[in-house]
Amino acid sequence: MGTLQLEVVTPDKTVVSAEAEMVVCPGVEGEFGVLPQHVSLLSALKIGSMSYRVNGKDEKVFISGGFADVNNNVMTVLAESAEQASDIDAARAQAARDRAERRLAARDEAVEATRAEAALQRAIMRLNIAGLR
Amino acid sequence: MPSLKDVKMKIVGVGKTKQITKAMNMVASAKLRGAQSRIERFRPYAAKYRQVLAELSRKVEGSAHPLLAEHEEKKNCAIVMVTSDRGLCGSFNGNIIGQGLKLAKEKTDVGMTVSFACVGRKGRDAARKSGYDMLTSYGDRMGSIDFALASSVAQEVIHGYETLVYDEVWLIYGEFVSMGQQPPRCLCLLPLKTPEAEEEPMKSGGAHCEYLYEPKEEKLLAELLPRYVKVQVYRGLLDTSASEHAARTAAMDNATRNCNEMITALTLLYNKTRQASITSELIDIVGGAEALNG
Repeated sequence: MGTLQLEVVTPDKTVVSAEAEMVVCPGVEGEFGVLPQHVSLLSALKIGSMSYRVNGKDEKVFISGGFADVNNNVMTVLAESAEQASDIDAARAQAARDRAERRLAARDEAVEATRAEAALQRAIMRLNIAGLR
Repeated sequence: MPSLKDVKMKIVGVGKTKQITKAMNMVASAKLRGAQSRIERFRPYAAKYRQVLAELSRKVEGSAHPLLAEHEEKKNCAIVMVTSDRGLCGSFNGNIIGQGLKLAKEKTDVGMTVSFACVGRKGRDAARKSGYDMLTSYGDRMGSIDFALASSVAQEVIHGYETLVYDEVWLIYGEFVSMGQQPPRCLCLLPLKTPEAEEEPMKSGGAHCEYLYEPKEEKLLAELLPRYVKVQVYRGLLDTSASEHAARTAAMDNATRNCNEMITALTLLYNKTRQASITSELIDIVGGAEALNG
């Protein structure tokens, strides 16, 4: 089986650029897998972990939501932030989780609460991925 | 004729100014490299984003999204102005501010109320002085710009546009064209114009007929559009930051050159003054000797 070109780009840098055998993404309507020669697809992604296989080895990447575009055997993931499992700053994520939890406990404004919830979700996801390495 | 000591002090003073301008020149050019490489790294994201959005908006033509719709009654206008925090970079900030005020005047002339949102201290100060409404301002942030900053600026105007507080939103920033050129750019942020797929429309002929969308196209577009505004604001921030450093490099280079010229001229004056004083002393001595002999 062939491979597909995977690019994970954020506004600050290209996080991943690899020839992957398989990619699994956290789509907003459920996780989905992409194999080489996949039909053209555009999907929104939610906060979660994306994994891809290169030379039989699985790698994990944290994605803070975004979009995945598959076309012509090239898959591009546009995310506002993304980190390889090995690059995750566990201490920072831990601090972010505590902060978000405190904010949720205080709960003064509805807008603040949704933002804190998103922050909490991101922090927990980061910690999960970091814990797996 | 200035005294010898005065000229000497002046030379030392100009020499010190030269040291500062030279240091600033080097710092600015180092920062410029950083800013340029950030633009470089942002480019793939922006290009891909534009492509995806162009493709999608062609698909869902006709369906109106609040950010795409033009408001019928145009009463309020918001101008997002991105300048630098510090001066000493030639006419860079002046140009951007001039452009901003010109636009504000045009809008006021057609009966609209203008309010400013400023990133960068220089623009903020100018907008405040001009007496226009100040929406928000972010001072001292140009040194540490990130996507979150662009996001919060964009979020504010998007919210304003959706709730019909603003009927037009403009972005003004210093575009980074080259080392020597940083013209101010005016960009209509909202109502949003979807980008045309100019560069290489997706290859392999009929491929885009069988595109899968998840969730539905309209919902996707609703997700993509606000982020596109953020992408554009972020681009404005990055460009302004690079332009600022380029402008400062050039301005400081000029200043250093002027210092050199001044030092040359002053040294000449110093030598002339020194010679003149020696000559007059000699005349005194000779005159005295003559008087004794005579």
